[in-house]
Amino acid sequence: MSKAETKKKFESRITMREQDPKIRAANFQEVPHGYSEQEAVQEAKRCLQCKKPLCVQGCPVNVKIPEFIDLIAKGDFAAAARKLKETNALPAICGRVCPQEEQCESRCILQKKGVPIAVGNLERFAADWERDHNAVKLPGKKPPNGKKVAIAGSGPAGLTCAGELIKEGFEVTIFEALHEAGGVLVYGIPEFRLPKEIVRQEIEYLKNLGVKIEKNFIIGKTATIEELLSEEGFDAVFIGSGAGLPSFMKIKGENSIGVYSANEYLTRSNLMKAYSDTPSTPVMKGKSVVTIGGGNVAMDSARTALRLGADESRIVYRRSESEMPARKAEVHHAREECIIFELLCNPTEIFSDEKGAVKGIRCIRMELGEPDATGRRRPVPIKGSEFTIDCDVVVIAIGNNPNPLIPESTPDLEVSKWGTIVADEADGRTSKKYVYAGGDIVTGAATVILAMGAGKTAAQSMIKDLLSS
Amino acid sequence: MALIQNKEKLSDSVWRFRLFAPRIARKRAAGQFIILRPVENSERIPLTIADADANEGWIEIIFQAVGKTTMQLLQLNEGDSVLDLAGPLGKPTHIEKFGEVLCIGGGVGVAPLYPIISALSDAGNEVTSIIGARNRDLLILENEVSEKSKRTLVATDDGSAGTKGFVSDVFNQLISNGEQFDAAFVIGPVIMMKVTASLTVKAGIKTFVSLNPIMIDGTGMCGGCRVTVGDKIRFACVEGPEFDAAQIDWDEMVNRLGSYRKFEEKSREEHDCRLEGAK
Repeated sequence: MSKAETKKKFESRITMREQDPKIRAANFQEVPHGYSEQEAVQEAKRCLQCKKPLCVQGCPVNVKIPEFIDLIAKGDFAAAARKLKETNALPAICGRVCPQEEQCESRCILQKKGVPIAVGNLERFAADWERDHNAVKLPGKKPPNGKKVAIAGSGPAGLTCAGELIKEGFEVTIFEALHEAGGVLVYGIPEFRLPKEIVRQEIEYLKNLGVKIEKNFIIGKTATIEELLSEEGFDAVFIGSGAGLPSFMKIKGENSIGVYSANEYLTRSNLMKAYSDTPSTPVMKGKSVVTIGGGNVAMDSARTALRLGADESRIVYRRSESEMPARKAEVHHAREECIIFELLCNPTEIFSDEKGAVKGIRCIRMELGEPDATGRRRPVPIKGSEFTIDCDVVVIAIGNNPNPLIPESTPDLEVSKWGTIVADEADGRTSKKYVYAGGDIVTGAATVILAMGAGKTAAQSMIKDLLSS
Repeated sequence: MALIQNKEKLSDSVWRFRLFAPRIARKRAAGQFIILRPVENSERIPLTIADADANEGWIEIIFQAVGKTTMQLLQLNEGDSVLDLAGPLGKPTHIEKFGEVLCIGGGVGVAPLYPIISALSDAGNEVTSIIGARNRDLLILENEVSEKSKRTLVATDDGSAGTKGFVSDVFNQLISNGEQFDAAFVIGPVIMMKVTASLTVKAGIKTFVSLNPIMIDGTGMCGGCRVTVGDKIRFACVEGPEFDAAQIDWDEMVNRLGSYRKFEEKSREEHDCRLEGAK
């Protein structure tokens, strides 16, 4: 390799073409267009094919990264997709919503000299190519082993767990409380970041593999965990019930008309299609919308507000941009779409009119003090810096508390003081025999890929526990 | 999918559906509700389980066809199926032997009250029921309630059945007669609950109300159903729907229920227009 070639390899990452920010801010179509075949091959060829690939260690589900990238470089896209699916049941989803910059890509050797290989973009490309070319092939399945597993929740943790178990010959039933499978992938993440059609097709793939999905079935209410085990003939249960009750700030005016939790706002828009022309479920399409929080969910909410027709959409976050938990790419996308960032700014009160509808939000400027327990510098209010933002919708995106339905109805399940289910991170086992848990119900709000990792870990324990007995 | 086994008109615009839902029928207790979507792309709405039979596997819902979704539900007939049905949701009513219990229901609120009356009566309570509606045609479940109550008093706004006036007037009458009660359950339109419960609370009676805030998922995820109870945010879907009436911020509850009034009016108009067109 000539010096120039080496330099090119390090520096010239192929960027993904995207919808123009001005246009996309008014539609719900996906923002990045995806790589063309040529672009994918070119990017794949940048991979150094390390003998000891650090990227794989950075991936919670240990995707065989150099191997699938090598297949793309060779032009065998279908094989690349299948290589991905050996370890990851949902590559088209991960390729879109995983924080690669903190995981696989952060460990890439190319990172040190220039920019890392675009693992996420390539993952997305391979999965999309396979689907768009009707090349999806079901992998081989082990013969039925006679064991039945129930899974509570059809989000990323549950789907991954199901995908692992079905290949090993288990009979798997996923129970979903809502009328559509996918959990946060369908009610939370907006269409412009993850098209629902993709989620539907990934779920279809699992169904074709034999996974049964029972919708409108609420574990803890329609049947308890104990009933699944003792009466319904299941040998084990995995709990991946996800995020629960949204958190609020406990400030005055928080229950005014027009104040939403991000969960409600996004569910109305995504799952209940409030963005369509004739929705059955309404959502308030504010002219000036303030979203409180600095995570991906806050970015999703603020960008949704814009697409629902807001003239101004603001993020109010009490720390600075460098402490924001949202992915850099999402913050970047939001900025491109002219979302206004009020950083180092904390809400103190929400004002409403005589009918109880939101008309403004009072905030105070903050400065950063000493680091707190999380290692992030603690924001401290600046005296006398209060100001008011006029707005008609406020979205609160500051996190969730665990859902109480399963802990309440399963008395012999150990629960932390925060209400999360206690499960061993290394194996997913809970205090109750043959009951496993993972994802947000165990860790509190996290990412799709971490939930998938937990689903996979639990599946491996289940395979061990159920097949050795 | 849940098969509609029976469809029955109870009064002007109030309907009773019997749905085949064996799992829910087996699990449900008084005070619990279901969430349903009648057809594809419709809204998810919560409705109280008015009655159920665990052996036969059915539950009954009673609703007033006033909005887009309840109208869509009404268009389904016996032999059709409700697209999505999930439950039972919410915490069951706290039933114990209180002694003398007052159950006050207004309008379609008598439907969720009936299973509570039934359970209280089975638990050995002496139940006095006061049920009301705008007029005789809107009065529901009078016979069912009477069967399970020690006595049943009726009030209508226009006097076409029972006493002329509100259920709160009947309650005031009982109190002025010197009657005493150990607990009260009040269910109905939010204004009726606010007014009536303020009277029962003032009379020193421990009062429970069943709230019907706006709800999306019903499983504790969205937070739309939040109400302020004793200065704390509570979620009616998983922590309710029943709360201590003395601690509820009624004005906030009334405001939040009206969040989508304009939208509802618009969809009702559109619905009526379509019906006109079909004639």
